[in-house]
This record gives sequence, C-alpha cells and structure tokens, in this order.
Amino acid sequence: MSAHADINAHDDHGHHHKETFVTKYIFSQDHKMIAKQYLITGTIMGVIGVLMSMMMRMQIAWPEEPNVLFEALLGKWAPGGVMDADIYLALVTIHGTIMVFFVLTAGLSGTFSNLLIPLQIGARDMASGFLNMISYWLFFTSSIIMVISLFVEAGPAAAGWTIYPPLSALPMAQGGSGLGMTLWLVSMAIFIASSLLGSLNYIVTVINLRTKGMSMTRLPLTIWAFFVTAIIGVVSFPVLLSAALLLIMDRSFGTSFFLSDIFIQGEVLHYHGGSPVLFEHLFWFLGHPEVYIVILPAMGLVSEIIATNARKPIFGYRAMIMSILAIAFLSTIVWGHHMFISGMNPFLGSVFTFTTLLIAIPSAVKAFNWITTIWKGNVQMNPAMLFSIGFVSTFITGGLTGIILGDSALDINVHDTYFVIAHFHLVMGISALYGMFAGIYHWFPKMWGRMLNKNMGYLHFWVTAICAYGVFFPMHFIGMAGLPRRYYTNTNFPLFDDLHNANVVISVFALVGGVFQLVYLYNFFSSMFIGKKAVQNPWRSNTLEWTTPVKHIHGNWPGAIPHVHRWSYDYSKPGHDDDFVPQNVPLKEGEEELQH
Amino acid sequence: MTAFLTLIIVLFVAVAIWQMVKIFDLAQVGSTDNGQVATDKDNTINAYLMMGFLAFIYLITILSFWYLGDLPLVSNAASEHGSEIDNLMIISMVVIFLVQTLTQFLLHYFAFKYKGEKGRQALFYADNNTLEAIWTFIPVIVLAGLIIYGLFTWTSIMNVDESDDPMVIELYAQQFNWKARYSGEDNVLGLANVRLIDIDKANILGLDESDANAQDDVITTELHLPVGRPILFKMRSQDVLHSAYMPHFRAQMNCVPGMITQFGFTPTVTTEEMRQRPEIVEKVANINQIRKENSAAILEKGQDPFYQFDYLLLCNKICGRSHYNMQMKIIVETQEEYDAWIKEQKLFKDSLVKE
Repeated sequence: MSAHADINAHDDHGHHHKETFVTKYIFSQDHKMIAKQYLITGTIMGVIGVLMSMMMRMQIAWPEEPNVLFEALLGKWAPGGVMDADIYLALVTIHGTIMVFFVLTAGLSGTFSNLLIPLQIGARDMASGFLNMISYWLFFTSSIIMVISLFVEAGPAAAGWTIYPPLSALPMAQGGSGLGMTLWLVSMAIFIASSLLGSLNYIVTVINLRTKGMSMTRLPLTIWAFFVTAIIGVVSFPVLLSAALLLIMDRSFGTSFFLSDIFIQGEVLHYHGGSPVLFEHLFWFLGHPEVYIVILPAMGLVSEIIATNARKPIFGYRAMIMSILAIAFLSTIVWGHHMFISGMNPFLGSVFTFTTLLIAIPSAVKAFNWITTIWKGNVQMNPAMLFSIGFVSTFITGGLTGIILGDSALDINVHDTYFVIAHFHLVMGISALYGMFAGIYHWFPKMWGRMLNKNMGYLHFWVTAICAYGVFFPMHFIGMAGLPRRYYTNTNFPLFDDLHNANVVISVFALVGGVFQLVYLYNFFSSMFIGKKAVQNPWRSNTLEWTTPVKHIHGNWPGAIPHVHRWSYDYSKPGHDDDFVPQNVPLKEGEEELQH
Repeated sequence: MTAFLTLIIVLFVAVAIWQMVKIFDLAQVGSTDNGQVATDKDNTINAYLMMGFLAFIYLITILSFWYLGDLPLVSNAASEHGSEIDNLMIISMVVIFLVQTLTQFLLHYFAFKYKGEKGRQALFYADNNTLEAIWTFIPVIVLAGLIIYGLFTWTSIMNVDESDDPMVIELYAQQFNWKARYSGEDNVLGLANVRLIDIDKANILGLDESDANAQDDVITTELHLPVGRPILFKMRSQDVLHSAYMPHFRAQMNCVPGMITQFGFTPTVTTEEMRQRPEIVEKVANINQIRKENSAAILEKGQDPFYQFDYLLLCNKICGRSHYNMQMKIIVETQEEYDAWIKEQKLFKDSLVKE
C-alpha cells in the first residue's frame, strides 16, 4: 500500500553539507527546527493572550478601579489606571484572535504537525522543506503585524474576533475599526497564506512519504488527526481569506458586499444592497471548522499519550479514525449554529440544529474510547498523561453544554451570554491547551534532548486544572442568569448585582491560574539548557520518532529509514517480554498482527 | 487597589510553592530516579489526586447550584413560549448532568484504580464492536429525542401566526440606545429607510412622511406591552449589528442594518405581578442588600441605590464603546393601562417639526 520508501532512499543525505548559524537556527528548512520555531513563537503570543485575559478578568471583578497593572501595560488607554471601555473591547478581540489562531492553530498544529509527521511516518523531512520555511516566516510576519497593531494611535481592532461588519468596516463606528482593523486583516491574510502552505505540505507528506510498511491503517492517530486537520484547513481557510478581501474592498474601495442602508454620526453612507449576514456565513464557514482545526490535533496527541501511558492499545483504533473523519465532515456543515438569531431563515436554523447535534455522536465515541483505553491499564502518571486525562475531562464538560447551544430553541436565550464563553473555553480553549501542554511534556525530550522537570509539571497541571474549572464552571450559571458577554462592566444593570461575587471568585481563579503558568514557562525555558538529559525512548513508546538519535541530525535517521511491521499500539501485547513493541520490530514467527 | 493586592498575594503564593518544588527536587537527589519519568510513588500520589479532583468537580457543581442555581432563566418565564424553552432546558440539563457525573467518575476512577505499578501487566484489549455500537446508538437515541423536541419548539416559536392578529411594534437600534415604534390604530408600520432620516425635522427613524400608514405611528423610548396580547417585533438597525435580548421573555433577535428581522411572543405576566413573585422578591431583596453595602459608590455614579425589578431589553451583540450600557425598560401592563399610556404619546405626524 505504501511502497514509497524509495523516495527517501538517499540515506547519506544531510551528512556532508555545512550549516551556518542562519541556515540552522533562522532560515532553517529542517522540520524539527521549524517545529521549535513555531512552538516558541506560539508561546510568546500565548503569554500576550493570557495577560490580556487576566486584565479583562480584573476589570470585570473590580470595574472602574485604578489598577497599577493597567497603568503600566495599557498606558494612555488606562488614564489614572482606570481601564477605558474601548480598550476592553480591543482586549476581547485580540485575546480571541491570538489564542484561536496564533496559539492554538499555529502554535499547536504548526509545532506538532511539523515535528511528528516526518518522524512518525518515517520520512527524512517534509515534502518541501522550503515551503515549510516560508510557511513559518509568513506566520512570524503575521504575528509581528498583529503585535504592531496593538500600538496604533486609534487602538487595535475591537469588533470582537469575529469582526462582524458594519462595526469592523466603519472607522466612525469605533476607533479600532481604523488602522487597527486594517492591520488585523493584513495580518490574518498573511496568516492564512502561512496556514495553507503548511497544510498542503502536511497532506502531501502524509500521502507520499510514508516509509515501507506504514499503511494508512498503521498510522498513529496523531498523524491521522494532523492529516485530516490539514484537509479541513485547506477547505475552509480560503473562504475566510475571501471574506477578509471583500471586507477590505468594502472598507477601502467603497464596495457594498456587506453593507447597506447605514446612517451613522449624522450622515447617510452610500452603501447599498450588501448584507452583514453574508459576512457571518463566510466567516463561520471557516470559523466553525476552525474549532476542529484546533481540537483535532489535540485529540490526536492525547490518543497517542493515553495509549503510551496506559500501556494499552488505543481502544477502537478504527472507530477513532472513523470518528475523526465524521467530525471533519460534519464540521463543514454546521456553521449556521452560530447564526440562529442572526436573522437568517428559521428553517435553516432547523437544519443546522440537526447537523450540529449529530457531532455529539462521534465525540461521544471518542470520549468513551479514551476512557476504555485507561480501563485495566497500567497508568503511568507522567505530566503528559495528567494533561491528557484533563483534556478528556474538560472536553466532556465543555462538549456536553454544546447540546444546549446547538439546539436553536435553547440558543435563543443563552446566545452571546457567559454560557457561551464557558462552553467554548472548556471544549476548545482549555482542552486544546491541555492537548498542547500534554504534547510539550511528552515530546520535549524529542525536541531538546532533555526532560522537563516532572514535579513542576505536576504542580502546573493540578493548579491549572483546578483554576480552569474554577473559572469556567460557574460561568455557565452566570450566563444562564442572562449576563451578556463583552460588557465592559456590569454596573449599569442592578439586575446582575447578585452575580458580582461569583465574578470576583472567577477572576481570582483566573489570576491564580494565569500566574501559575510561570511555573511552566520557567520549566520550559530552563529545561532546554539544564534539564536532565533524555534517553532515546524515555516513555517506552512504539512510534518511530523514538528510534531516531537524541541529538538532532538532518535527515532524522543516521542509517536507513526503519521499515514498519505493525501498528503503533502494541502495548502489553502477550508473548513479548517488554510491555511495548516498537513499530519497526518485525512480527515474531506465528505472531498475528491484530485485525484492528 | 484590591486587584493589585490580590496579585501580590498570588505572586507570593507562587513563589512559595516554587520553593517547595525545589525542596522536593533536592530531596530526590541520589535516588535512582530515571530522568523525570513517573515512578510508582508518583503514580500513587497522582492517582489519589485524581480522586480528589473528581471530588472537586462534584463540589464545584454543587456549590454553583447552591449559590447560583436559582436559575432565573429556567423558571419564571414571562412569555407564552418561555415555559416551552424552560422545559426543554431542564430536560437537556438533566441529561447533561447525568452524563457528566457518570463519565467524569469513570474517567477519574479508572485513572485511580489502574495506577501504574511495577510488574503489573495491562490488559491487551484493542477493540470490541459491541461496545462501540452501544456508545454509538445510545447517544443517537438520546440526541434524536432532543433534536425532535428542540425542532418542534423552535418551529413553534419562530413561526409567527398572523391569524392571531399580533400587535406590530418596531424595535429600532442605534449606537447606543433603543427606540420602539408602535404601528398605531391601523397596526401597520409606515415605510421607513435610514436614507429618509431628517434630524432637523425630528424624523429620527427615517419614516416615509408621505406614507399614510406612518402618520399614526408612535415612537417611544420605553417599551410598554399589554399583557396577553401577541406581539410581533420588527427589528431594524441604523448603523451596526445589535441584538435585541429580552431574557425574561426568552426572546432574542439580531438587528441588522439593511434588513428587517422579526421575533414574536406573547407576554403573560405584568411587571407588577412579576414583582410580587416570591422568587423575584427574594432576588430583589438580596440585590438591595448588596447595593446597600456599596451605596456610596453607587451614589457617586449617580445611580439610585434602591433597585426595583423591571423587565429589560439589552443589547447583546458587540456594537462599540457603550455596548455595555445599551438598554431599554420594558413594562408589561394591563390592556387598560396600556391604552391610557399610548393615548398620551405623540403621533408621528404631530411629532415632526413644522417648517
């Protein structure tokens, strides 16, 4: 099925040519270095995004109070340390943009697809190292532009991460819709180009460069997840690009794709015949698949880590692949559940309710399969495993409330309240972050040849786990009490006064959780240099990346590329001395490959 | 200031625990620890923490229900369709609650029970089609029920029955306030477009001054609704997206520039009656207690420290700087009270500034 080993057969590739500092660390075409570049850029963006959320929580809990932190970080936007209403909306917007795209798309998928696809399928590198390098540098450029937009005179984009027009289209509607929004759009257009180049590379690599014996049904679930994620990205990101381009046309060239009949600040604008609802359709045609672009790689990583640490085969390998495919397919036909009350035809609402609730089925299959994988295992509580269990936990908690939000009749009343915030932060924010952390703890030795400190890992996990629930669980109830999201302060509604104490508690959990990420950051950056040296296969794992030497070499394997003889989940297989059998170990005489 | 102090405390706690990790690390020097991989001891400690965490999840659920669980939006609906939504909500929540409690238990309990020990062999168990079928079909059946119930509810809410002769009211949104336009005796709203807005003549909603239907329209800044009468809201926005959110009536619809959206409901409880409801009395007393404690700050903002229950229309779609304060009072009253109120309002034709 996959006789492509010949492509990689140039076994002495990479041993002879010289590397300079620039080609090794900056304009590198090596997938392992590019993965590290993605991870570090994503981490820096993540710090910015988390700091923003902490400032928002302080504002919600202690509104209109002078705060030295605001004064220090927001400058003119916090005169006397009191946060300005415009900058609050900008924080909401940029926090969402950074976390969804820059951290959980590029930082998560970019890091682990790059690191693991060649290593786990047995390839010397990506199909095109050059495109891969371009992809990273486009991402870097878009990150820089997004950060620059924070310093614009009239303020950064502030129309929410969904940038619905007309608010995002009219500078007179909001300061942030001027240069700030232009930079946001430019940054995202470059980001999409980066994402497309990356995705195409991942798809081609998985299809063409698998080593001998690595059939599609022997692929680790990580690769399946990255592969399908890349396909979703290629299908849906271009639609956002077109929406962004049309919005740029409306903003700068006077077209009326999304605008019509507008009277603002005493004058009638010329726009005629467009519709903001069209933009919503185009945005969510990417926007909803995007949450699966974020969560599927995390699911892949978690499947791999749970199997390795439970010392058991992943339960229902084929069902896991089928559910990934089902989720991917359904993800492209559910976008309308963000628009039940947008003014679109209620019949469409019925259709989208139906398709949306269907997604619960493959999701439930996955959750039960993970739980069954742990059942009767020999669970090794490494930090990566804790984060993986945490992932399953928050995915269930957050996913279940999707049954309420996906139901159009119920959505009427909780739409755009804190209930929504609680739901999506748990199911795709916290879960995907846990998946990312799990991946980092697990593959750090592969990236840097050193181990992360496990005790700091334990501390990091337990505090984060408690704070995540402390922040987002009560939020469901605040939302059900009717509190809208994106309010700068709730003090103008005495109706909500009795929710204030809960908001303070949530903010304290958020601040503690945010500050404790310092433990992780310290662990991460110090372990690169002073962490314990890693052995070749520290987690006693089956996948091919652990057959490469600890020290990175160009081309991954010093000798021939290993051939694959079995799937990647032969853990605790009877008849073997060890509780793991790497994929490159031939079947023993008389041993049957499991008919998974 | 409180925020700053909290931050300092948090920082100190972080530093303290950091030091504890260091001590823990030092204590392990010389042990046969194989480079930061979990030992049996780690497995045991973390397995117990798993059970502790399960208890924490249950505890935070109970506490949330205890302190925040009066759930004003799943009881005391003030509209006819409201109780349908509430029933569906309660059924969905019961399902979610059961699944959540059970699966979180299984997940954390298995992690605890099967914690790693040297020499123990995990069960090589890769597949079972019966099990897969079970947890495919159970969700299918449960979801089929929820979908069908949900779709019936949705359809009955969104399909406005014109034979009920609903009273037509326009909700008009602009940065950052709401206006209501009553259609008058003829129950037909006059034609309108923002291009016809003429501030000098006080034609603020852009009504077509030549349209006969517009003459008896009435524009107000408070929304009065007669109890028991079906209402059909037509929504417009003049600048950006807004969303007309009326939580007590379980009603919400976006206001979109360039198009007219609609939502219909029948209010069933007058403001006065709602104020008498024991749950509302308790809630209001609680809020007034809180406001009393903060009365200085509230007075400083120029607000009335004494709170009295009122229905509200809130903006629930990000619309700019003062989004957080875009609201309108809704008053549900008897037909007689409503008639008396509407009679006092100026008709559109009389409200125009004559040149």
